[in-house]
Amino acid sequence: MAVRNRNFFLVPYVLWILLFVAAPIALTLYKSFFDVDGAFTLDNYVRFFTPVYLKMTLSSFWYAFLITLFSLLIAYPAAWLLTRTKHKQLWLLLIILPTWINLLLKVYAFLGIFGTYGAVNRSLEWLGIGAQQILFTDFSFVFVSVYIFIPFMILPIFNSLEELNPSLVFAARDLGASPWTTFRRVVFPLTLDGVKAGCQAVFIPALSLFMITRLVAGNRVITLGTAIEQHFLVTQDWGMGSTIAVFLIIVMVLIMFAAGKREVRR
Amino acid sequence: MKGLIQAFAAILVASLGCMYLASYLNSSQGYSGSNTLTIYNWGDYIDPDLLTKFQKETGITVIYQTFDSNEAMMTKVQQGGTTFDVAVPSEYAIDKMKQENLLLPIDHDRLPNLKHIDSRFLNLSFDKDNHYSIPYFWGTVGIIYNPELTPKDLVFDSWDDLWDPRLKNNLLLVDGAREVMGFGLNSLGYSLNDRKEEHLQEALRKLQKLTPNVKAIVGDEIKMLLANEEAAAGVVWSGDASEIMDENDKLDYVIPKEGSNVWFDNMVIPRTARNLDGAYKFMNFMLDPANAAQNAEYVGYSTPNKDAIPLLPEEISSDERFYPPEELTGRLEVYDNLGKRMLSHYNELFLEFKMHRK
Amino acid sequence: MNATRKWPWSNLYLIAVFAVMYAPIFYLTFYSFNSGGTMHGYEGFTLDWYKEVFADTRLLIIVLNTLVIALLSGLLSTVLGIVGALAIYEVRRRRNKNTLLSFNNVLIVSPDVIIGASFLILFTMIGIRLGFFSVLLSHIAFSVPIVVLMVLPKLQEMSPTLIDAARDLGASRWQVLTGVVLPFIRPGIFAGFFMALTYSLDDFAVTFFVTGNGFSTLSVEIYSRARQGISLSINALSTLIFLFTILLVTGYYFITRRSGARAGSASRGGVMAGAGEGESR
Repeated sequence: MAVRNRNFFLVPYVLWILLFVAAPIALTLYKSFFDVDGAFTLDNYVRFFTPVYLKMTLSSFWYAFLITLFSLLIAYPAAWLLTRTKHKQLWLLLIILPTWINLLLKVYAFLGIFGTYGAVNRSLEWLGIGAQQILFTDFSFVFVSVYIFIPFMILPIFNSLEELNPSLVFAARDLGASPWTTFRRVVFPLTLDGVKAGCQAVFIPALSLFMITRLVAGNRVITLGTAIEQHFLVTQDWGMGSTIAVFLIIVMVLIMFAAGKREVRR
Repeated sequence: MKGLIQAFAAILVASLGCMYLASYLNSSQGYSGSNTLTIYNWGDYIDPDLLTKFQKETGITVIYQTFDSNEAMMTKVQQGGTTFDVAVPSEYAIDKMKQENLLLPIDHDRLPNLKHIDSRFLNLSFDKDNHYSIPYFWGTVGIIYNPELTPKDLVFDSWDDLWDPRLKNNLLLVDGAREVMGFGLNSLGYSLNDRKEEHLQEALRKLQKLTPNVKAIVGDEIKMLLANEEAAAGVVWSGDASEIMDENDKLDYVIPKEGSNVWFDNMVIPRTARNLDGAYKFMNFMLDPANAAQNAEYVGYSTPNKDAIPLLPEEISSDERFYPPEELTGRLEVYDNLGKRMLSHYNELFLEFKMHRK
Repeated sequence: MNATRKWPWSNLYLIAVFAVMYAPIFYLTFYSFNSGGTMHGYEGFTLDWYKEVFADTRLLIIVLNTLVIALLSGLLSTVLGIVGALAIYEVRRRRNKNTLLSFNNVLIVSPDVIIGASFLILFTMIGIRLGFFSVLLSHIAFSVPIVVLMVLPKLQEMSPTLIDAARDLGASRWQVLTGVVLPFIRPGIFAGFFMALTYSLDDFAVTFFVTGNGFSTLSVEIYSRARQGISLSINALSTLIFLFTILLVTGYYFITRRSGARAGSASRGGVMAGAGEGESR
């Protein structure tokens, strides 16, 4: 029975959306049509398609892809194992807890751990492998990024695993499916929603990482986020910064649509 | 439902408690009094004892806020929602702020201690007759290196030494477009304010050849990294160099002979100022030779105050790396305000350099 | 079952994950006792840095500010988020629902820098003075969507017959809301509040843009102190905060578990139940 009531919850919520979502997006879009001198131009979009920015876009996507992939590979088994522990909610909380400690501090700690005379290199030397350059490499960048994003990947996967009906797994096993087949044909498809949510929550922010590209990667990795930050804070070229932001917003919407569409088909 | 309301009430009480405690601590420190002066400065850019001394002498409570880049500072001042009484931007930012009408003119009659400033540092291109700015500190850009980790024959008296193949993956650069493009141009014998496209492209190509030696391009962490001997050499500001050498005395600082950048940080009164009287008192206080000397000793940058130099310890005032002789200062250049468009171009070239893979 | 057979190995994996997650924190803690004054080269044990924390009133004020912002923005965004989730829930047309949801998700996925910069433009245009309120407003703004995403799945789990039954029994709209709906979505509400708190405590970039006039939060303060190399008193402070949150979280967990056991399955005892599901919907 559909009750014909006016949806008065809608008013404050739509107001919030207008003020804090629609208005900022509109402003960003508006700003993207102005050059540094405040004149109207489409130049920013032309500039975006020059090799410098295209290369940056490609490398952003590549690193975001790597970060998402490794986050998923590490998070899925971890989430799975978490659901089997006693006090699983507590363990989950404890996985999220490190995000409460300031990111910059943790990154500084990584600088110490990965440094030439840091803990990792000491143990490598002790093992007879000898010191390696770890800091300012692709490895350290991906590692620290995965470290930052992993709670956001574990969370949705954990939840979808929780909702999984265990009798389905038992049934599959009883019917003679190997553990791998059970996982591939039963468990993974049923937790796909969680995986998708997690990938979304990691991939898009990973495109726009900025501080750690400098701190951990020593600016050897340049992402779109770095460029936005530069344009907003250093060159004061808000138009170009907004243009890149508009591009990211479009990518974001496309990804959300892609994730949503598949849902409908199913 | 009851549980929910209880939880919400508990959170509300907790936050109000925190608020109360914060305001209590605030008032016990006198931060909320009416006679306050808000100073907007770089982090760790003043001896805290001087702030206490100033508060004692004048009865004005100082709120000390920090920024990490001229641009961030300008954005905040431009935005207008703030009430900074004194700010300390670098010279190119002053030029910009002047053009955008963000500064109040300074009345020299209210600053009797201005006479202590060395005339070399007055009436400079970015602010003729010091209408809007009073020098605070100055310094250079140069090379810091660790003789234990670099080949014996490299003394870094020339920018070209950075390109030595033996320094492979052993060089840190400061993350600044003007600084890096600047030494690229300097090493070719051009001015670091060069606007000619072919010169800029030439500098970029030369810088890209440096890539194999560059271990990282970093921000303020450069001090910690160099002091920890994470790399053999680096391009840094003189003030950072003095801090690094304080921590690790093996390192040495050089200003290359081709010339380099000389920069100034200056006190200004932003348009947003509320306590003008306090602002003048503070500037005059900082111009006092004894205070300037104390500050220079604490911060480690070079003071423009000629009467403060005799008050500094001998090993500081005679150090030519930080108080270079006149013939060297002649080869140093101030950053011109290139204009937004050119600056943006510099940054894009720098970005291109950063993305160049070995 | 193979689960029992695999125990030691799987344990090892989890232990490794936890070890890495906590490694930097233990690193910070370790050096907070270093008398050497830097984060390399351990010289000797000292408690000086802890004393320094308690002597530094400005730092304590900033910690309190950070807490106030986190708690208040958590609370207000939870209220607004519940309203938002109910609003979306009650929209019948699928297309409108999806539009609302996409708008909702935009802030979650946009880069902090963009959010910060656009809020700065916004506040300037409206004429809000930078400081406590601008920071609070923006923290509420970016926390609302995550609360919506935590609450919405719980609403969708709720069977419509429950509400119909309550209405048939003569309950008013308000009574249905407080008596049936809110208790049912409680775990989602707590999860939302918890996530809002996390986002607020974690945020640096947005606050950096919109703060001013002497108001500062911990992350911004740490960032500006990082210029001269972080003093170990910041390490000491983080250690204290870390211990405090560990105590809080475990304490909270065991309390809710006990009361959850009493209240039955409705609260499921889980703080995080329902977290993050909404995004895929």
